[in-house]
Amino acid sequence: MTRQMTGAKMVIEALKDQGVEVVFGYPGGAVLPIYDEMFQQNDIKHILVRHEQGAIHAAEGYARSTGKPGVVLVTSGPGATNTVTGIVDALMDSIPIVVLTGQVPTFMIGSDAFQEGDTVGITRPCTKMNWLVKETDKLAGTIHEAFHVATSGRPGPVLVDIPKDVQFATGTYTEKADARTGHYKPRTKGDPEMIARMVELIETAERPVFYTGGGVINSGDRATELLRDWAEATGFPVTSTLMGLGCYPASGKAWLGMLGMHGTYQANWAMHDCDLMLNIGARFDDRITGRINAFSPGSTKVHIDIDPSSLNKVIHTHVPIVGDIAEVLEEALALWKSRGSKVNREAVATWWKQIDEWRAVDCLAYKPGVNAIRPQHAVARLEALTKGMDRYITTEVGQHQMWAAQYLGFEGPNRWMTSGGLGTMGYGVPASIGVQIAHPDALVINVAGEASWLMNMQEMGTAIQYRAPVKQFILNNERLGMVRQWQELLHGERYSSSWSEALPDFVKLADAFGCKGIRCDNEADLDDAIREMLAYDGPVIFDCIVEKHENCFPMIPSGNAHNQMLLGDAETQGVIGAKGAVLV
Amino acid sequence: MSPLNIQKGASKHSAYDLRDPNAEVIETHTLAVIVDNESGVLARVIGLFSARGYNIDSLTVAEVDHSGHLSRITVVTSGTPQVIVQIKAQLERMVVVHRVHDLTLEGPNVQRELALFKVKGEGEARIEALRLAEIFRANVVDSTLESFVFEMTGTPQKVDAFAELMQPLGLIEVARTGVAAISRGL
Repeated sequence: MTRQMTGAKMVIEALKDQGVEVVFGYPGGAVLPIYDEMFQQNDIKHILVRHEQGAIHAAEGYARSTGKPGVVLVTSGPGATNTVTGIVDALMDSIPIVVLTGQVPTFMIGSDAFQEGDTVGITRPCTKMNWLVKETDKLAGTIHEAFHVATSGRPGPVLVDIPKDVQFATGTYTEKADARTGHYKPRTKGDPEMIARMVELIETAERPVFYTGGGVINSGDRATELLRDWAEATGFPVTSTLMGLGCYPASGKAWLGMLGMHGTYQANWAMHDCDLMLNIGARFDDRITGRINAFSPGSTKVHIDIDPSSLNKVIHTHVPIVGDIAEVLEEALALWKSRGSKVNREAVATWWKQIDEWRAVDCLAYKPGVNAIRPQHAVARLEALTKGMDRYITTEVGQHQMWAAQYLGFEGPNRWMTSGGLGTMGYGVPASIGVQIAHPDALVINVAGEASWLMNMQEMGTAIQYRAPVKQFILNNERLGMVRQWQELLHGERYSSSWSEALPDFVKLADAFGCKGIRCDNEADLDDAIREMLAYDGPVIFDCIVEKHENCFPMIPSGNAHNQMLLGDAETQGVIGAKGAVLV
Repeated sequence: MSPLNIQKGASKHSAYDLRDPNAEVIETHTLAVIVDNESGVLARVIGLFSARGYNIDSLTVAEVDHSGHLSRITVVTSGTPQVIVQIKAQLERMVVVHRVHDLTLEGPNVQRELALFKVKGEGEARIEALRLAEIFRANVVDSTLESFVFEMTGTPQKVDAFAELMQPLGLIEVARTGVAAISRGL
């Protein structure tokens, strides 16, 4: 029996059928019929943001902290274009997002109508797939297909553009089970021959390392469990990319810390010197590899990824395995066990001795603050005072983001939301709200820099409106810290436009928004101030005044190899040559 | 090599030299890409090539299965072996792409394109143009007292050769369809 309804009603029905509980959005002329239907139901909660970019980052935070797709509803033209940054962000970080945009009526498309934009044209290169729906009969089926595409294979953002006349017209609803999804079925089962080769390599490896990434978290909880089981059973060291933090617990004994440009000494040296690299759901990003031709020169490389185009894109892989991480690990682990769970224990023990020597360098040590709070210390205290809490962290982008990755420990997946691939300043405030909406009773902290934080600070209004008690922990150095650091290292200390002269008073700003403001500018008061933030039942803006010229270390300078890390300021003179300077 | 002097085949969007140092040779491949025949699909496929800095030497597209709403895009591209593999992987993962055939790798194939040549001339040159057209099995599809339009089907090389011969005889305009290709045998 077919159901007849308007297009606007179909949108709501399709979202319900997909199990959607929350939509982040902002109304406007071209989506009014959908907002009218939204008003007349109580199953789906709509979160009104203050800017459409906030909607999509909030949806990203929601998606990453739950594993479910995030949904965004915005109007045509500027509503749609304001989501573009977030769409690219979700594409780079493989986050499942469904964006629904209003469009001018079909008969006005192409006439330069008010608030008309070529939304599918603009978003074509940055969505996994997008659709302009011109018939109401096809609307529900397209939305179901959109959810299927966003969540299947390598997740990503999709967009459905819905003209206003399609929303008003009546058509036949397509049930979820009848929607066209069969044509897109990415392969999830790994090639048994390749899996067998990986197992053989694991049995004989002398200096192995697990190099894990966001793909483990995207694959789901089972992948995380299997990775932990295997790391434990083999005794192999584990490092992770920025995106993968939490897939292996920071308290685990095999944990080396994050790798890459600002990764730990032990993680990067282990990557450089290993003889077997097991890349699980990472993509050899340039922040990880440094100089390509000096990247882990002596290792045999295994790469498991659900996206075939990730394999051999940047780094030649000896054993490429296309498949879902959980499925591949399940089979590989079973095979390895059936062959006697063999590992070259003696060689691996020697390898650990070497790793322990690197660990002894204590690359994350920092000097105590004299007059000002060291930013590293602020993050380390935040870690100490929230230890054991089920804590969700979001970040903005820059030095504070790296310090958060270095000094905060993540015990489980889906607890760390940061803009990795695109590096989007302004991500953290809305993302923290999206996380808090998904987990109303959890502790959600956005570790921020003051410059990034200002980019989407209007979303504090959203936090107040929906009683989302997000904690905004701002490391305020009155500088664009990472830009300043690069100018110091690369551009003769000419600090071109990398400081803010007219910052707001963050405590007064908190007052203006109607939440709590805390300022702390010395280490003696820091612990009490953090406790006050944690104890407050509501949103807090915490203005942590930190040392202005602190640099983020360790650092692999652009164009250098993993074994050419800088550990502190003393080593920075002339380290980046002309070749490295052109890299970002 | 200066890092800014990135050669053909490297990604223009990365500051890094992504080429495999062992595979500098540039290969030309003909790909048949079977896609949904929906609006925006061609733009999506072409956008992939421009966004990632891949080359398009020739491109043709037409619906080949009306009931299944499938189009066939024949694209001739060039790059190092690593880039060619990457192009195929990037195409294959697109939601709108059903299959990608690398005709160059899959064995012998037939390549044809259709071309139209407008040649202006009188007297001896005009007769010579007509004589060469016969040799190349080109048909005269339009004629005035001082011009011909020749129609010819052949490999891109044959079309090139004919165009070169017509040049001194008064060639003023060429229209080419680009390559359509199919594998030989079953």
